[in-house]
Amino acid sequence: MTLLLMEDIGKTYPGVTALDGVSFTLEPGEIVGLIGENGAGKSTLMKVLGGVVAPSRGRIVLDGVAHAALSVRTSQAAGIAFVHQELNLFENLDVASNIFAGRELRHKGILGRPMVDRAAMRAEAARHLAPLGVSYGSDTLVELLSIAERQMLEIAKALSMQARVIIMDEPTSSLSLAETDRLLAVMRQLKAQGVAIIYISHRLSEVRDIADRVVCLRDGKLAGHLARAEISQDAMVRLMIGRDLAQLYTAPKAAPGSPVLQLKGLTTPAFPDRTVDLTLRRGEILGLAGLIGAGRTSLAQALFGIAPSLAGEITLEGAEVVIRSPSDAIGLGLYLVPEDRKRSALVLDMTIRENVSLADVARFARRGWVQRGAEGVVARHELKRLKIKAPGIETPVVTLSGGNQQKVVLAKWLSMRPRLIVFDEPTRGIDVGAKAEIYALMRGLADEGVGILMISSDLEEVLGVSDRIAVMHEGRMSGTLDRAEFSEQAVMHLAVGLTAREGAA
Amino acid sequence: MMSKKELALLALIVVVGAVTFAINPRFLSAVNIGNMANLVGLFGIFALGVGLVIISGGIELSVGSMFAILGVIFLDLFANFSLPWPLALAAAVGLGLLLGLIHGLLVTKVGLQPFVVTLCGLLIYRGAARFYTSDATMGFGYGVDDEFLRWLVSDRTMGVPHTFIAFVIIAAAMAVLLHGSVYGRHLYAVGKNEEAARYSGIQTGRVITMTYVICGGLAGLTSVFIVFYTNSVSPSSHGNFYELYAIAAAVLGGCSLRGGEGSVIGIMLGVVLLQVLQNLVNLLGIPSSLNFAVMGSVILLGVLADQEITRRRIRSLAQAGALAAKGGK
Repeated sequence: MTLLLMEDIGKTYPGVTALDGVSFTLEPGEIVGLIGENGAGKSTLMKVLGGVVAPSRGRIVLDGVAHAALSVRTSQAAGIAFVHQELNLFENLDVASNIFAGRELRHKGILGRPMVDRAAMRAEAARHLAPLGVSYGSDTLVELLSIAERQMLEIAKALSMQARVIIMDEPTSSLSLAETDRLLAVMRQLKAQGVAIIYISHRLSEVRDIADRVVCLRDGKLAGHLARAEISQDAMVRLMIGRDLAQLYTAPKAAPGSPVLQLKGLTTPAFPDRTVDLTLRRGEILGLAGLIGAGRTSLAQALFGIAPSLAGEITLEGAEVVIRSPSDAIGLGLYLVPEDRKRSALVLDMTIRENVSLADVARFARRGWVQRGAEGVVARHELKRLKIKAPGIETPVVTLSGGNQQKVVLAKWLSMRPRLIVFDEPTRGIDVGAKAEIYALMRGLADEGVGILMISSDLEEVLGVSDRIAVMHEGRMSGTLDRAEFSEQAVMHLAVGLTAREGAA
Repeated sequence: MMSKKELALLALIVVVGAVTFAINPRFLSAVNIGNMANLVGLFGIFALGVGLVIISGGIELSVGSMFAILGVIFLDLFANFSLPWPLALAAAVGLGLLLGLIHGLLVTKVGLQPFVVTLCGLLIYRGAARFYTSDATMGFGYGVDDEFLRWLVSDRTMGVPHTFIAFVIIAAAMAVLLHGSVYGRHLYAVGKNEEAARYSGIQTGRVITMTYVICGGLAGLTSVFIVFYTNSVSPSSHGNFYELYAIAAAVLGGCSLRGGEGSVIGIMLGVVLLQVLQNLVNLLGIPSSLNFAVMGSVILLGVLADQEITRRRIRSLAQAGALAAKGGK
């Protein structure tokens, strides 16, 4: 019997259609690869399944019973469990307490008040951890566990809830190769026990290895299915982006010129015993790839003075510079478009005008008094130039879509004559249309001579947009690739710390 | 321009005033108005400082104890050491600035929580003041006075108390600082999202420290005003709970304890409302023991109403955003 049937699911948010007529089925003991670009609707679909989001239309049939929407409780009771991308664990508690968080086992207790039964929880937890082959016990503190170990813990938690469906959202994005193999082995083991797995991943090679079937979403719609025999890297990419990869790329107008940025022996606080060397030339978009935690964001933060470098030289357009704080970097025309724009780049409750001028309010002040008219002129100019979709410059940024918010972040820096812009995950959570606009903007800036360093974990993006790719592994550069050498395998090999030659072999 | 929230507060003041007046017409007598204005001035000056700290996302709990310690120091310098009054006044204000600076640096450089820092200040300054006078009440002593200073800080001109005039002048300066200057813009940004402010090159530590310094300075100034109002300082009770008046006024006036919200006019109205309520308790013959209870209830109701208004605003903003997105496509 079909375990799960989602029919014609739609979900609209104010201004955004997240899901549009998506259907999805799942049989017991099946591994379905769910693919799609960021913002394609995968997470929303899974949230509908988890009962976190109520769909605007459609129905969900679980074990033959139809629901208009699930609640978290019905979803859990039906045996649907998540292994999250951002792990939702209590670091301050031990493994057993995490497995039983919210449904603690109790014993009779004192004076009739039930008390948490730690011994029973630990014994029960150990029973679920055993088949996963983990090296830690049920009384280990979670903060001592690596990300891979935490993932196993989440799986044990799912098993302890008698899960029949486990949803894994990007489980391997920060795992080493060995850890990934171990996880895939556990998945096969679960499948043999009849557990169905929905596997969300950007690592297409893994999807190819493990999935019985692939479902692809694009812009909130079903882009297509692939049966086991049809699964190939190319077929999946075609479904995901609806066109061939090469079309993302626009060649620069001129051949790369003199270096804009040179790093020599740069040491970041995150990796005090590693050094980074890097050259970024005028007119090129340099992609910076690597696994999460490879040191790319620390590099960006060192360049921007958030976490200043401990040693090494930074040379900007031929002159050595010292950057001890963001205001130093900003003074040099070196700007950062950070990874988490809502947290680090925007004051959401402020207007577009105030956000655009935020880094440079003093420029608009006469005798200490901010001239709103002058601010408005600049904000309106950027609004038009970047095609920001908003009623006007007095619109609070919180009401804009992700893509338009990112454009406001860009507007802030573009109004201040950039020399070098570091983009950290520039299109995370941005829809396909706005993505293309942001790529075009980056290319336009590069052609104007602004140095562009693009950190991205999205392989399609790194391969599709960059002129050259530098790859980091555990705090150092493991290699650079020219456009002719670009391939997913080449980047991944460098990202896991193999040299280019080993990769080719 | 007043926001809707501030207009609502003004309306509330008018309604409470009208009700009080209807029951007891003495509410609008010249004497009563003058007394209220005096108290509004006294409490308003430091409430503006505390409000500034709250807008930065912090809190300042020690102003009441600062009044005690700075009050006794001022009196001692002025009455016992016969220091010329400008120097004694400068000492009070300067010490206030210094204490504020220490608070600010402990918060921004050392990374302590504002609540903890200023709670310790509340305890330390109170204790220090009591020790300073051996817990005795300190007064001006016979014949020690300065007519000009007394006139300046506690008299009236054409019926308007000088405390109130000082309050209005300081509020005007503060309004310029907060709503027009670069510093003000930075302050709101820091209060709303300190990380984004830092990523925009704003020196957030300096911006935050400045709020404590200004607050300390205004507390120093107020401590002199209060000494002339009470004519003596009993260190164990002088200025007790005054920090809570200030916080209450700021919150009533629209400051969010999460930071980034609030205005000078709002804080001013908050101070006025608190004094009107205080006055209402006196004039309507409500047992004065209920004083705090009345104040607390009104603040609670005000915050509840504000919550509801904010919720509606967010809903309408979301709808506006949805329309904008549709229109843009």
